[in-house]
Amino acid sequence: MKVKTFPRGIHAGDRKEATAQKPIEDAPLPGEIILPLQQHAGVVCEPLVQAGDAVLVFQKVADTDAPVAAPIHSPVSGTVKAVGARFHPGGLKMASIVITPDGSQAEAELVSPPANPGPDEIRKLVRAAGIVGLGGAAFPTQIKLTPPAETKIDSVIINGCECEPYLTVDHRLMVESPEAIIGGLKLILKAVGAAKGYVGIEVNKPDAIEALAGPAGAAGVEVVPLEAKYPQGAEKQLIKSLLNREVPSKGLPSAVGALVQNVGTAIAIYEAVSFGRPLTRKVVTVSGGGISEPKNLRVYIGTPIKEVIALCGGLVDGAAKVILGGPMMGVALSSLEAPVIKATSGILALSAAETELAETQPCIKCARCVEACPMGLMPNRLGAMVEAGIWDELSDESLFDCIECGSCVFVCPSNRPLVQNIRLGKYTFAGKNRK
Amino acid sequence: MADDKLIISPSPHISSGENVNTIMFAVIYSLLPAGAAAVYFFGPRALALIAVCVGACIATEYVFQKLRAKPITAFDGSAIITGGLLALTLPPGLPVYMAILGSIASIALGKQIFGGLGHNIFNPALVGRAFLQATFPVAMATWTAPLVWLSAKVDTASAATPLGLMKFELKATSYDKLFFGNIGGSLGETSALALLAGAAYLYYRGYIEWRIPTSFIGTVAVFGGLLWLVEPGRYPDPLFQVLAGGLILGAFFMATDYVTSPITPTGKLVFGVGAGVILIVIRAWGGLQEGVMYAILLMNALTPLINRYTKPAVFGKGP
Repeated sequence: MKVKTFPRGIHAGDRKEATAQKPIEDAPLPGEIILPLQQHAGVVCEPLVQAGDAVLVFQKVADTDAPVAAPIHSPVSGTVKAVGARFHPGGLKMASIVITPDGSQAEAELVSPPANPGPDEIRKLVRAAGIVGLGGAAFPTQIKLTPPAETKIDSVIINGCECEPYLTVDHRLMVESPEAIIGGLKLILKAVGAAKGYVGIEVNKPDAIEALAGPAGAAGVEVVPLEAKYPQGAEKQLIKSLLNREVPSKGLPSAVGALVQNVGTAIAIYEAVSFGRPLTRKVVTVSGGGISEPKNLRVYIGTPIKEVIALCGGLVDGAAKVILGGPMMGVALSSLEAPVIKATSGILALSAAETELAETQPCIKCARCVEACPMGLMPNRLGAMVEAGIWDELSDESLFDCIECGSCVFVCPSNRPLVQNIRLGKYTFAGKNRK
Repeated sequence: MADDKLIISPSPHISSGENVNTIMFAVIYSLLPAGAAAVYFFGPRALALIAVCVGACIATEYVFQKLRAKPITAFDGSAIITGGLLALTLPPGLPVYMAILGSIASIALGKQIFGGLGHNIFNPALVGRAFLQATFPVAMATWTAPLVWLSAKVDTASAATPLGLMKFELKATSYDKLFFGNIGGSLGETSALALLAGAAYLYYRGYIEWRIPTSFIGTVAVFGGLLWLVEPGRYPDPLFQVLAGGLILGAFFMATDYVTSPITPTGKLVFGVGAGVILIVIRAWGGLQEGVMYAILLMNALTPLINRYTKPAVFGKGP
């Protein structure tokens, strides 16, 4: 039977052998916890503590009244060392709460949630727990669980694709905690009033498909195997593959009655609504040719990346780049002092051999980028127009439909900076229109 | 390691590893069977022509780039391909000095004045051949019989090509001769077998896509076949149309040139169909016996327009 998928896309290779079969290990307490005040898309939080304050595990340490935001909780018990600028994984410094753990892990008392919460209560519990999209976008989940009034969600999809090479976080979570995932999915269905739940999983994870089969079947949820292709886990492509609906340009999935949530987010929702537990730990895959002992680790949010790498035997001689996220869309780190934040899924150390910085050659119109682009764009043309600064013509083009997946650059035999130019074009274009 | 040794660059951080130079050299390898067949049928003359064309193309590119103070890319493989393809379209008896002039034309006029690799509109090898056809029409239409070079006595003996025989004398040529190459013609158009072997290699490597060759050859077979059905005495059958002349060389090695053909899937089909129609029109009713060169050059000219009108449907923007 032909496995469902979307048109075009690329086969970027798995590179998951190093960690796919390694169970998640709990990381020990780090020497220091650094919590940037913005770990989500939306409005930055205000600190609720100051230097010298004692904090407990699960205690809320930052929040804001703005709706598009998520509060931040301490993952450790200890003392606030400082509230000041520290390196953020994005490369710049940001106001952060720095905590020195005392080792006791004394917990703040959790408020027991009601036994059978309604949709509004579910949303409140999700916000109170500081849950954001853990697939990487870090969008405050309570907003996603509040679809616009005119829309009706009929399908909720849990995203178990994990199409980025190297990453095995969602894979291990599906194998090790399938009931929590289905539990979270049931709460999401209730919150948005949808009837049908799905879990989309790439076929390169047969053990995950098998692990979820039982709990899914019992809950009336359909597990759908999908082709192992990049970017199968991109929201629009996932909805197209599973439901054969195209999210309209400049629109949201709710416009086609769909909602997508990451596996990790589903588990966090389950824990928040069932036990009142806020988001304080994150599973990450540490891998790549530059890491001595690749692992899947459950780390305390705020652990400095250099400490996570040390837990994996440190960097190998010749490690040239450390990336936060996957190799296709992740961010190259400028400082290993930066902490793991809510959106972190992967820490990859790549050697110079694995990292491509080859010479750029002219476009030979080979059309590999056109064949690869999951959004049906012509990346060579868009990139060339941005380089030439043809802004008038670009306004008619589909520049903003680009999801920045990087497939075009991956296949380009001339190593042309296509998606990089498209990104530049988007910023410049938005800047020009703001005048 | 120290933070300041970390490489920072924007995503994506990995690549397929494909390289323009790898593609070029794969195309060169794919032309080796046809080159070998040319030498087999037409002797050392063929080898001389191929060597001269390749050398002249590389030299022209080198000089052009040097004069313009641009980076020298004459050895990246593209000039070798242009020289090789040009040689394969030439009659075996063509004087060497003409081959040199044709090579200079193909690189200078067909490629470098447009800005070099990736910027030309027309297939450079075909520009060279068109230049030669216009400048030296008699020499370009003087053909040699195959395998004559093996006998010591006769140096060259002229012979008509299968297309010429068909057009001007309504004489057929056997299919096995057409397929294996024991016929008169240009260096590269004789052995369909050798050409198909090279094309199969390129297809296996993923360097040619099925749409252009299939639509080009398919249209020739269908349109040619329709004419044959209507007037079998006057028009040759579709198998002849496909095997004779430079169609196989053109469909697999010239029409599929990345730079000068459309980049959209539908566009490639339009290109192939258009070239097929033009080819049959020229062969059936034009003054020339062969039209592959003009069919491709004319469709090259239409490629930017085809690209504009066959853009793929953007996700989420409806049909």
